[in-house]
Amino acid sequence: MPSKLIEKTMRVNRLPHIWCPGCGHGILMRDVAQAIENCGLDPDKVVIVSGIGCSSRAAGYMNYNTLHTTHGRAIAFATGVKLANPELTVIVITGDGDATAIGGNHLIHACRRNIDLTVVVFNNNIYGMTGGQYSPTTPHGEKGTTAPYGNIDYNFDIPKLAESAGATYTARGTAFHVPQMIKLIENGIKHHGFSLIEGLSVCPTYYGRKNKKGSAVDMYNWQKENCIDAAKAQKMSAEELEGKILTGEMSRCEKPEYTDMYMEIIRKCGGDK
Amino acid sequence: MENKKLVINPAWCKGCGICAAFCPKEVLAIVHEKVQLINEADCIKCGLCELRCPDYAIYIEKEGE
Ligand code: SF4
Ligand code: SF4
Ligand code: SF4
Repeated sequence: MPSKLIEKTMRVNRLPHIWCPGCGHGILMRDVAQAIENCGLDPDKVVIVSGIGCSSRAAGYMNYNTLHTTHGRAIAFATGVKLANPELTVIVITGDGDATAIGGNHLIHACRRNIDLTVVVFNNNIYGMTGGQYSPTTPHGEKGTTAPYGNIDYNFDIPKLAESAGATYTARGTAFHVPQMIKLIENGIKHHGFSLIEGLSVCPTYYGRKNKKGSAVDMYNWQKENCIDAAKAQKMSAEELEGKILTGEMSRCEKPEYTDMYMEIIRKCGGDK
Repeated sequence: MENKKLVINPAWCKGCGICAAFCPKEVLAIVHEKVQLINEADCIKCGLCELRCPDYAIYIEKEGE
């Protein structure tokens, strides 16, 4: 007996999902489903593409056309789907490792092309599925099984990375701030061009335990206190913003979209006749 | 508010405690690793528990649906 939303948007016979108690991925997956609903899209015209990792299990649960692909390659598969049938709404669900390490090149080149995909990165700051290795978004100084003395790498800022590579809509939300996250995904889906929305997740099992962050509830409290809406942050002092993470829409611009330009070439060359 | 009902599906609840911790009215508690209503009368049917439950185990149902 699930809610109407879950009944409509999920493969209910596959639930409860495999994610650990308190994992933010369940919240973020519901946000994606709610955003699709809010856009009023025909479910038959929606494709969810995922790669590998905890985040990417989402494709198994969501009741749309789904494609669970190989590690780091979700965006490459999604590019193929979109080019073959541009009328589809293609949403990629990926993780921090999948999107920015193993699939880092696919990410930057899809941004560069401004292809109309919506990429939602469930960022849990670690490789959860394989046992807690540090990822490109593990904060500097924090621990993973492969960084037992603290990570000396500096972490990526994913929306900034995407923006500088050419993405025309970038945003960041959190698992805790649900209405904001839903709206950011909704705006990403509506945006015609490459959209990237980072969803800060909560991984109590690996990131939390390795870094003594307390319970799942403690980790959501941390998001509540430390993730600040960029609009609100404008009224805050530099001291108040020390160590805080900004959320909300990070960038947006309009630029010709890739499949439109591709179809235009086909038309010019008479390939549509 | 009268035509809304708070529904719990214990089979899907993993006892993470998020719903109880962030309920503005202290309506919920975790008992033997499952969510339980301890103070139903105070529930304002705000739906925050539904939005943040990672397992879709608690939600507001509107009557007639
Ligand atoms: S390992 Fe971490 S990210 Fe993966 S399901 Fe568990 S809590 Fe979630
Ligand atoms: S609907 Fe609101 S008041 Fe009622 S249990 Fe859920 S969070 Fe608490
Ligand atoms: S948030 Fe959901 S899974 Fe967690 S204790 Fe509450 S009902 Fe159970």
